[in-house]
Amino acid sequence: MTQTLAVPPDHQIDPLLRAYAQSVAARRRTIAFGAVLLLAAVALSWIGAEIDLATFWTKLGNFTSYFDRLLQLDTGARVWTDPVYWFWGLRRWSLQLLQTVLIAYVGTATGATLGVIGGVLTSRNLVRSAALRFLVLRVLEFCRTVPDIVFALIFVVAFGIGALPGVLAIALHTTGTLGKLFGEVIENIDMKPVEGVAGTGGSWLAQVRFGVMPQVLSNIASYTLLRFEINVRGAAVIGIVGAGGIGQELIVAIRKFYYSDVSAILLMLLVCVMLLDAGSERLRHRLLAMETGR
Amino acid sequence: MLAVESLTKTFGKSAAVAGLTVSIPRGQFVGVIGRSGAGKSTFLRMLNRLAEPSAGRIVWDGVDVTALSGVKLRDWRRRCAMIFQQFNLIGRLDVLDNVLMGRLTHTPLWRSAAKMWSREDRAIALAALDQMDIAQLATQRADQLSGGQQQRVAICRALVQEPEIVLADEPVASLDPRNSKIVMDALLRINRSFGLTVLCNLHSLDLARTYCDRLVGMAAGRLVFDGAPEALTDEVARELYGLEAGEVMDAGHAPVPAAAALPAVA
Ligand SMILES: Nc1ncnc2c1ncn2[C@@H]1O[C@H](COP(=O)(O)OP(=O)(O)O)[C@@H](O)[C@H]1O
Ligand SMILES: [Mg+2]
Repeated sequence: MTQTLAVPPDHQIDPLLRAYAQSVAARRRTIAFGAVLLLAAVALSWIGAEIDLATFWTKLGNFTSYFDRLLQLDTGARVWTDPVYWFWGLRRWSLQLLQTVLIAYVGTATGATLGVIGGVLTSRNLVRSAALRFLVLRVLEFCRTVPDIVFALIFVVAFGIGALPGVLAIALHTTGTLGKLFGEVIENIDMKPVEGVAGTGGSWLAQVRFGVMPQVLSNIASYTLLRFEINVRGAAVIGIVGAGGIGQELIVAIRKFYYSDVSAILLMLLVCVMLLDAGSERLRHRLLAMETGR
Repeated sequence: MLAVESLTKTFGKSAAVAGLTVSIPRGQFVGVIGRSGAGKSTFLRMLNRLAEPSAGRIVWDGVDVTALSGVKLRDWRRRCAMIFQQFNLIGRLDVLDNVLMGRLTHTPLWRSAAKMWSREDRAIALAALDQMDIAQLATQRADQLSGGQQQRVAICRALVQEPEIVLADEPVASLDPRNSKIVMDALLRINRSFGLTVLCNLHSLDLARTYCDRLVGMAAGRLVFDGAPEALTDEVARELYGLEAGEVMDAGHAPVPAAAALPAVA
């Protein structure tokens, strides 16, 4: 075999090897140092948050016994021995579950629409006024930072118990989260089509409609679907504070110790979320496929 | 007539276009030449106000274009169509929709946004495509076309604007020789048959000499040549292009290797 690469003599290659080993060692030290810092931070926050492992062990029994009772009918039998009795409220719960999904749907659609407007208005490549961008960014940030359940609490006080506060809460929080994502998607578009439309005399709105939207629509749809999945869970939770849907029923069952009702409602919610997730995931894959070909 | 007076564009401290003064009568086919970085694109983009001039004026038939804004500015852009090196089509829309972008200023936004183009607009767009021999591509997505086809779509978009001037920024720089000829022929045709003023940035001196009535040479943002193509001697061209001279000059002028020197293809 012919030697294609001659290794230089030791006195030449040694300094290179040493320099490499040193630089690798330096990198390793940095990583080790970081790991130690991380562990220390975890330990400190553990103490800071007064987490007591002993409590966990002593109370673990309550937790498991609660689960045990969740699977018991008030007759004392296991829930699965009498599914008809277990799901005695199927009709009523289904309607409430449907309401939860609808709250999430309307909230997501409204939030996504406002989010598109917010995303466009915060994009450096479309809006020249730094003041306007700053203002809209702060509004979006506010909507994003306040959890939907807090919005729901406020709106329940303002508008009373029902679906409306739920929709508003989800819409606002979704505007914040999607607005930021859409803004990032829009800032990364190809500006040539936008310039093409501008060059024909198209107005700013026409540039957004034809130069921007065709490029980002599939991304927007995909993010919105993902957000819809999240919002269905969110809508179920905010029902607990009186913002309509299945959550309202769930909290009553928990408070009144209707153990088998709690497990039945949770199971229905689980199945519903799983079905929606699977459906929207397939839709999103279809959208992405559309993206690459036609 | 298009009158450009001391037009200047600065980016930070450096001037891309520095006090350019030139006037162009209607119906002329003008080639703007010069090495890359000379300021050709910046000059053209200022003409239809895609770039804002830092100083100077652009006057079209007595109207100061540099002072226009809002609807009037958009109408100016409509009258002063732009063709780009990279075509700048909307890849995800079909060819007809792309051409119809040229009708935006003729259509209220609520109609165009919903793509409710009038029958007349669609007829005009199809007629333009037919003139460029690509009517059969009307339903294709723009990003599935070849470069030459895309540039012809862009020319159609410019045509349906019903412009008075057509600006073309290196329209053939991304195309092969055959497509370059098709596109340049198309520009020549709209210049000759509709009497439109055409301003065309060209990197290839060969094309510039073949198609243009008049050449305007730029270097470092300034006008350094203005005259008929015949007046542009190889010497002047070499000065204009510097190191790039060999690359832009007519292949016919370049020394052809003797047949004997080429390896035989046995
Ligand atoms: N947006 C911009 N920002 C900063 N400098 C620019 C910009 N556009 C062009 N320039 C500079 O202006 C000069 C002229 O550019 P350009 O008009 O594109 O030249 P040409 O089209 O003749 O190649 C170049 O030096 C370029 O770097
Ligand atoms: Mg250029």
